[in-house]
Amino acid sequence: MSNSGNTGSGPAASEEGPLARFLRATEIDTRMLGMIAALLVIWVGFDVYSGMLRPGLGIFGGSFLWPRNLWILLVQTSTIAVMTTGMVLIIVMRHIDLSVGSMLSFIAVATGVLQVFHLGPALGVGHPAIWLIAVIFAVVLGGLIGCFNGFLVAYARIPSFIVTLGGLIAFGGSAFLIASGVTVAPMDKTFKIIGGNGPLASIGPFWSWVLGVLACVGIVLAILNSRRQRTRFKFPLRPVWAELFIGAVGCVVALGTTAVVNAYAWPHKVAEAYALENNITIPAGIENVDGEAICMAAGKVVKCADGLIFQTGYPIPVLIALSVGFLMTFIANRTRFGRYVFAIGGNPEAAELAGINTKKLTMLVFTLMGALVGVSAVIASARLDAATTALGTLSELYVIAAAVIGGTSLAGGIGTIYGAMLGALLMQSLQSGMTLLNFESAYKDIVVGSVLVFAVFVDQIYRRRVK
Amino acid sequence: MKKFAAALAGAVFAMSFAAPALAKDKTIAVSWKTFQEERWKTDEAAIRAVVEAAGNKYISTDAQLSAQKQAADIEGLISQKVDVILVVAFDSDAILPSFKAASDAGVKMLSYDVLVEDPNALYVTFDNVGVGRLMAKEILAAKPEGNYAFIKGDKGDPNATFLFEGITEVLKENLDAGKIKNVCETFTDGWKPDNAQKNMEQCLTANGNKIDAVVSENDGMASGVVAALDAQGLAGTVPVSGQDGDKAALNRVALGTQTVSVWKDARALGKVAAEAANAIAEGTDPTTLPGVSRFAGGAKKIEVNAILLAPNPITKANLSDVIDAGWISKDEACAGVAAGAVPACG
Repeated sequence: MSNSGNTGSGPAASEEGPLARFLRATEIDTRMLGMIAALLVIWVGFDVYSGMLRPGLGIFGGSFLWPRNLWILLVQTSTIAVMTTGMVLIIVMRHIDLSVGSMLSFIAVATGVLQVFHLGPALGVGHPAIWLIAVIFAVVLGGLIGCFNGFLVAYARIPSFIVTLGGLIAFGGSAFLIASGVTVAPMDKTFKIIGGNGPLASIGPFWSWVLGVLACVGIVLAILNSRRQRTRFKFPLRPVWAELFIGAVGCVVALGTTAVVNAYAWPHKVAEAYALENNITIPAGIENVDGEAICMAAGKVVKCADGLIFQTGYPIPVLIALSVGFLMTFIANRTRFGRYVFAIGGNPEAAELAGINTKKLTMLVFTLMGALVGVSAVIASARLDAATTALGTLSELYVIAAAVIGGTSLAGGIGTIYGAMLGALLMQSLQSGMTLLNFESAYKDIVVGSVLVFAVFVDQIYRRRVK
Repeated sequence: MKKFAAALAGAVFAMSFAAPALAKDKTIAVSWKTFQEERWKTDEAAIRAVVEAAGNKYISTDAQLSAQKQAADIEGLISQKVDVILVVAFDSDAILPSFKAASDAGVKMLSYDVLVEDPNALYVTFDNVGVGRLMAKEILAAKPEGNYAFIKGDKGDPNATFLFEGITEVLKENLDAGKIKNVCETFTDGWKPDNAQKNMEQCLTANGNKIDAVVSENDGMASGVVAALDAQGLAGTVPVSGQDGDKAALNRVALGTQTVSVWKDARALGKVAAEAANAIAEGTDPTTLPGVSRFAGGAKKIEVNAILLAPNPITKANLSDVIDAGWISKDEACAGVAAGAVPACG
């Protein structure tokens, strides 16, 4: 019992089964465990089901669990994942932001207009500075809009639901006005890379392994550090086997993901074009062989010896999403700002009486949300290689749903960044999987809606039992 | 194109012939379903010009994508005693009572672009089944057999179904013979390009990239389809269809990543509709107008009087049509095109 961690409210050790003891020792969040289990069930289910309809290259004979689909799934998730990290803080503070979808389309169109109609002609199409200016512009514009929302909520005392509902309607109109509704395309060619398009939009196998190993080392260091801190402040320690277990699982996930993204090779035609452009000798026989035969043989691209193989590795948008997740977790857990946000969410009056400047903090959280929408706008428009007013509309619902599925409580004070990002992955998995199975879109809507409600229901039961 | 020109010429002729006899000061109203799309502004400019040139008054309302608001809008217009109302219906069934109320009050009704099955209303539109046929014809010419993917529009929009009717009509023979295989067919929520991109990605994944042709029901979705194909290095080798004559799409046609964009010149449609409205306001019998035929292709198969304009499929070969018409500048259409690759770009 002395090693039972710092929660301290569980049942007595004598009543515990082995599973409960295991969970207690490793201090794993059971809610997250449930979500990962759900995710795995969904993945395996889709792979098996799609395999029954049409044999593919996946682990279970379908077309879901194979590197290419998982790679695309990660890219598809990244826009929502980035925004949902900000939404967690907003919801934790007992607010809501309904305007993120319209804000995304506004920022995307404004950035598109800037780079295509202004920067292109001024600096020359393809100028290397264009993408950087466009990205900074998008993030700053997002921050400014968010700041304005936050100001209205915090200082003008208008409920956030109303402010952002107004934003939802108004930003949509503004997006239409700045380009008078036309689709702005194509994006700058360097800018496009941010969306995961083209051969240069991934960091390649070497750097992916470097990242995977670094992540693994980081996990081990974090465990060692927390152990040192706990000893220093005389907190109860986790048993050594539990520490080892967590470290091992963390490393397996980091290296496994790296292996999966590396296993996806550039599509045959892309590889061929790149080789021709850069005077790389194409191995003999490639012209005569079907693209699939070379690059996707048995799903094991790496072992395809005589083909022209470029492993992709981590795509840029996924790296951006992961960095944002990492940064936001740090902000939420390790900074005074983050702690204050949770304190305000837990009890706004108490936080204010304790001397926290709640108004300033509210404004800052909305500003942060806006900047993150800017990042997502960049990814979304770069990925589509076009900016349209339709881009991102209604995505606020998915962003909020991802946060809520990930365990963020609408009552405020509770929520995690990683949970919300997993929630985003779960929802995108459902949607992609059903598209893969050629589900009618009406059924997709029903399933996604039901899952949202069901997830919150399970969460409620969980919370009641914990109390 | 010829049919289209003939319809236009006929209308212009009727107009110039009838104009001197027209009395002034009729009021022509338009009830738009939304102004949130670029094209309706083009329509409005064309309609307003013709209406005002005939000395009539133009007024308009915007239903903001709400069936209730549109019903209220039309009620308001009736009480303002306008002579003719053109309606771009948001919900073609829900608006029927408003059409009846207007007819009862002696106001002449036109359904513009979206069919409303009221036998007293004149329907002015581009031939949507025809658009589907034209798309399919161009794709079929480029790829007579193989695996076809169908990226359809929003499931709630009857036009998505009309289009698909026309598409399957043309492809039916090869589909039945097994030359063409329908390997994916999906509706796209809200006709959104990013949804089309995701759908296309899943389609490529499910079929191991073995897609030979894509029939996309509009240009916006075609941009998503081309982005998905491009990610697999297939853009430019797989024929892709579209419609609307979006500037970005016309550029793709010039670049070769999209095969065809069926162009419906909104200005021509607006002009024909406005001329019909002017004539009807004067009490002309709609059946005597040029180009009017009987149309019963709606869901309820109710026969209405209709003017159906033929659209123009824009491919590399006739890209100059849109440039000459001033729809798009040569620079916009030909951005990034290698010299000598496309005749219209020089």
